[in-house]
Amino acid sequence: MSVIKDYTGAKLGMWLFLFTEVLLFGGLFLLYAAYLHKFPSEFHLAGKELNVVLGATNTVVLISSSWFMAMSISALQQGSVDQSKKFLLLTLAMALTFLVIKYFEWSAKIEHGIFPDSPELLARPAGEVVFFGLYYLMTGLHGLHVILGGGLLSFAYFLIVQGKVTPQDFVFLENSGLYWHLVDLVWIFLFPLFYLIA
Amino acid sequence: MTEHHEEHHTVTYKLNTIIWGLLLVLTAVTVAAAQFDFGFLNVVVALSIATVKAGLVILFFMHLKYEKPLFKIIVFITFLLLAIAIGFTFFDIGYRY
Repeated sequence: MSVIKDYTGAKLGMWLFLFTEVLLFGGLFLLYAAYLHKFPSEFHLAGKELNVVLGATNTVVLISSSWFMAMSISALQQGSVDQSKKFLLLTLAMALTFLVIKYFEWSAKIEHGIFPDSPELLARPAGEVVFFGLYYLMTGLHGLHVILGGGLLSFAYFLIVQGKVTPQDFVFLENSGLYWHLVDLVWIFLFPLFYLIA
Repeated sequence: MTEHHEEHHTVTYKLNTIIWGLLLVLTAVTVAAAQFDFGFLNVVVALSIATVKAGLVILFFMHLKYEKPLFKIIVFITFLLLAIAIGFTFFDIGYRY
């Protein structure tokens, strides 16, 4: 079998898709910025209620997942299939850790009666309602991307096991990695905006 | 066998690990900086650090540093479009309230 893979084309397609993702999240960041401008003190108070330790831990978890992802690609390119699989599993473990921490964060807030349209939240000033609305919308959409990214990486793992992604033909793993790094990029901005700027 | 007609640049384990270390340091710096009150500068400091972190991820983990100029140009255009959208929105809301 002699197939000439168009790596540039394959990666260009992935990048173009990622740009639509940047603009999707960009629109939400714009919304956040406009409301931060309108309700600075309400955002400050509401932001203080988020758990900085959990947020920072999740930042470290996602950064490490991106590192493992990059290592997995480097390993495969160098021909170390087993190493590549190991790093990919570590990436998936980090993705799972992120989701578990996020689950506890959301549960704690929901138990305190803070969720969209809850009586507890609606009794608060408009700025805080908007803050938590954006919090659930943006971290929720991000969480969905973590789940989808995890699925994509699992599929990449399966393809490596099947011998369809190899040291000679690794563009699928590279493109999955690009998607995963984008998930990390979005969180790099979500973390300071929601947890720290307050 | 699959034939290869394109050059691939492999980022070493060492460089990947250095970038990871830098990202962790910058995360610690941004958390530490948030403990002080610089007023409006808080937003500027936090977003500047986030932008540097994003740059490291894009250039090294996403291999943009080693891609063809075409990739660099379209990434630049995307962020330029985002900046224009944010900039113009703030011309509006900045003078409205």
